[in-house]
Amino acid sequence: MNKRIERQTLHLYLEGELDMKNASELKSVIDLDIEKKGVRTVILHLDDLHFIDSSGLGVILGRYKKLLPLEGKLKIANAPPHIYRIMELSGLPKIIEFLPKEPAV
Amino acid sequence: MEVNKIILTFSSLPQNVTIARMLASSLGAQMDLALSELEELKVAVSEAVSNAIIHGYSNAPDQFVTLELEADETKISIQVTDNGCGIPDVNQAMQASYSTDPDRMGLGFIFMQSFMDELRVESEVNKGTKVLMVKYLSHNRPSSH
Repeated sequence: MNKRIERQTLHLYLEGELDMKNASELKSVIDLDIEKKGVRTVILHLDDLHFIDSSGLGVILGRYKKLLPLEGKLKIANAPPHIYRIMELSGLPKIIEFLPKEPAV
Repeated sequence: MEVNKIILTFSSLPQNVTIARMLASSLGAQMDLALSELEELKVAVSEAVSNAIIHGYSNAPDQFVTLELEADETKISIQVTDNGCGIPDVNQAMQASYSTDPDRMGLGFIFMQSFMDELRVESEVNKGTKVLMVKYLSHNRPSSH
């Protein structure tokens, strides 16, 4: 998992699978940067994410909820179609902002 | 009709969730499921096995989960069994927003229900839980009649 912090924005590049075996790792990475580095915007880049289930979605929703009272935001970028379908079924796009696909840099 | 049956019992460890869903997906691929259906099958198995480990065994790593896969020309049946704490009220557990863990959204059963054609849950407190899911193949095939 690569990450980059610019001003108060944390960019996280998720890879592989997000399920119960690594969901808590993602949770602590994000929470630490929110608490210690003052991050207020988290952008999850999902280009290279191949799998997600409710454990992964739960962590994403949980970080969204954590940022709300801090007036922060969580956004999702470049979700592959099959990942997006699962997120859609969970209702996530109704509350979380999905960024349009960025042109490759 | 040829029946292919695979039974795997594994430790209640998070990394085995991956193995369980890969096995189901391999069997699904042999039965010519479409790619999108394989993705859905993987999510359904992941949810059932995660539930067994997280809820059935409260994340205790020294217990066992059994995955039974059965494929024939018409369907793939998947059964996930644990001998954990059981679910006191199965109907309530299967409700949309029900979860004992606020971060998990109670989505597990929703995904199993949405992605599989049949879902049955049998549970007894302090005995364990059995989740049976069926995916039919016939309507996925080009029509032969």
